[in-house]
Amino acid sequence: MSVSIRVADVRKSYGDVVAVDGVSFEVDQGEFFGILGPNGAGKTTTLEIVEGLREADAGSVELLGMSPWPRNTALLPRMGVQLQGTAFFERLTAREQLVTFGSLYGVGPKKADAMLETVGLTDKAGTRVEKLSGGQAQRLSIACALVHDPEVVFLDEPTAALDPQARRNLWDLLRTINGEGRTVVLTTHHMDEAELLCDRVAIMDHGKILKIDPPAALVRGLDAATHITVDSGHLAPADLAAIADGVAETEDDGATITFTTRDPSTVLTALAEHRVLNGLRVRGATLEDVFLELTGREYRA
Amino acid sequence: MTSYLSLTKAMLIGLSRDKSTLFFTLLFPLMFLIIFGAIFSGGGTNPSKVAQVGAVPVLDQLQAQDPDALKDVLELSTVDDEAAAIKMVEDGEVAAAVKQTGDLVQIYYSAADRTQAGIVTGVLNGIVTQTNLEKLQVAAPEVAVTTVRIDQVEDESLGSIQYLAPGLLGWAISMSGVFGAAMTLVTWRQKKTLRRIRLAPVSVGAVVGARVGNTLLLALIQLAVFIGVASLPFFGLKLTNYWWMAIPTVLIGALAFLAIGLLVGAVSKTSEGASGLANLIILPLAFSSGSFYPLDAAPQWLQTISYVSPLRYLNEAMLDVMVRGEGPLSVLPNLGILIAFGLVVGFIATRLFRWDDI
Repeated sequence: MSVSIRVADVRKSYGDVVAVDGVSFEVDQGEFFGILGPNGAGKTTTLEIVEGLREADAGSVELLGMSPWPRNTALLPRMGVQLQGTAFFERLTAREQLVTFGSLYGVGPKKADAMLETVGLTDKAGTRVEKLSGGQAQRLSIACALVHDPEVVFLDEPTAALDPQARRNLWDLLRTINGEGRTVVLTTHHMDEAELLCDRVAIMDHGKILKIDPPAALVRGLDAATHITVDSGHLAPADLAAIADGVAETEDDGATITFTTRDPSTVLTALAEHRVLNGLRVRGATLEDVFLELTGREYRA
Repeated sequence: MTSYLSLTKAMLIGLSRDKSTLFFTLLFPLMFLIIFGAIFSGGGTNPSKVAQVGAVPVLDQLQAQDPDALKDVLELSTVDDEAAAIKMVEDGEVAAAVKQTGDLVQIYYSAADRTQAGIVTGVLNGIVTQTNLEKLQVAAPEVAVTTVRIDQVEDESLGSIQYLAPGLLGWAISMSGVFGAAMTLVTWRQKKTLRRIRLAPVSVGAVVGARVGNTLLLALIQLAVFIGVASLPFFGLKLTNYWWMAIPTVLIGALAFLAIGLLVGAVSKTSEGASGLANLIILPLAFSSGSFYPLDAAPQWLQTISYVSPLRYLNEAMLDVMVRGEGPLSVLPNLGILIAFGLVVGFIATRLFRWDDI
């Protein structure tokens, strides 16, 4: 499999502030790659350097075998960028917007209609961009990034400020894009998003990449406890102590009892024997725990 | 070429849906045309009101010969009572009262409005003198009399509209040129539209070119609307032979001001800042370049300052070809100055052009 993006020891500072501090990674062709981190971690700056919008102070970037800086017009038609925020022409309708962006790449209006269909905005074709909802605008902006069939797609926090339903719709769309064989690079500060979508995730903080791995491997590599939760009030204190003895720590907040354990099988079997599985929830380690483990602090987006 | 055309079209559609810009570039200057037209055409031409007591033969004879003779200068009303007429003068209802007893014409005026009183007494004195002269000529036809003839040097139709229309049009062109270019650049940069365009295989030339096309088209529409409205009988603009030379003049002027707009757009970070800076540039230019009043009426120091204003050259060139009846070649020096100005400012603007705020 060939490599789409190769980033080697890239650095960028603004005055005294080091935004990107020696970042290296590679993204394979057709891979869904996530850059995850809190705001200010350096995700956007890293992405903008790869896209060729900014010049790195040091290090090298190779995108589809070419250097994106300075502005490389041979490379531009092969990449699609969805920008943070919504960069549209004012007062144009959704369709006019797509037709205009398409023609900048020499793509005809038919393709614009097909893209509207793909992102589910056919019924909004005649609506001005100012009148679109946050989710619709975001989908249109992704459609604008895809109208010229790019090989590599960059998405900068595409689901920021969307409601849960709109986020789920967008995730389906992103999976489709990746399923068509495109390389997708996504920045996000949502752990669940990265976990669901990405083949591999780079966890970034303070301008550095802490770890790169598939989400499942990151979580597995973490020797984290499992949290088992059942409803309170069904279990006598003596039984509770017996079940937890030696295998779990317990916490009862009056509504639920939480067992934190490294031996979930034993705890679950005991709970089942006592027939107290009401309201059962089992939560394994997540990327959030990975972040906590890597940075030593709670993840705050 | 395709990307240039599609950017032009996108801008044009956006402009046609932008009600506030259309208002400020087309209707707003027209409102000034109406307001200034009313201010400068009023004053002094209203006939003075005069009350005549009973019959006044000198006036009555004149009106019998030509009913419209006094129409433009005096508005006569007849009262029967002399005391009532004097009261009307005192109250300011009429500028003067006039009464004739035999060979004596008696005029009553009020010192409250000396200008009106001066006009009325002057007019009535003139009428009486004219009547006396006619009597003397009948009595002694062999005596030669000296007469005076007065002619205006300009075309008699040269009313205020003649200098207002070209001047306000110049102001309108400069406004839309500067604001259009500056606002497009700044809002596109703020909204990251420019960054998005930068990520497409499009040249800076296509982006600026699209704005140029829009500005030129808008300038032609402004010219057509201005000439159309000012030529209505209500305003009465009379164009001279070579008025069509105003078309290239307007286009070149629009380009010069577009260059200023690109410069403003390049140095401003926010649209508020750009709008403030654009106003800061245009208003002094408009006041010092004869857009709102004839430059000849301005004090000498202002006329001297006006030589550094590009708007002066645009306004003067349009006055020359639209209303002063000068030939097409007469404006070439002005057009040359505008082109040179646009090139220098435009060059600086491209050096300062930024796709993005960093």
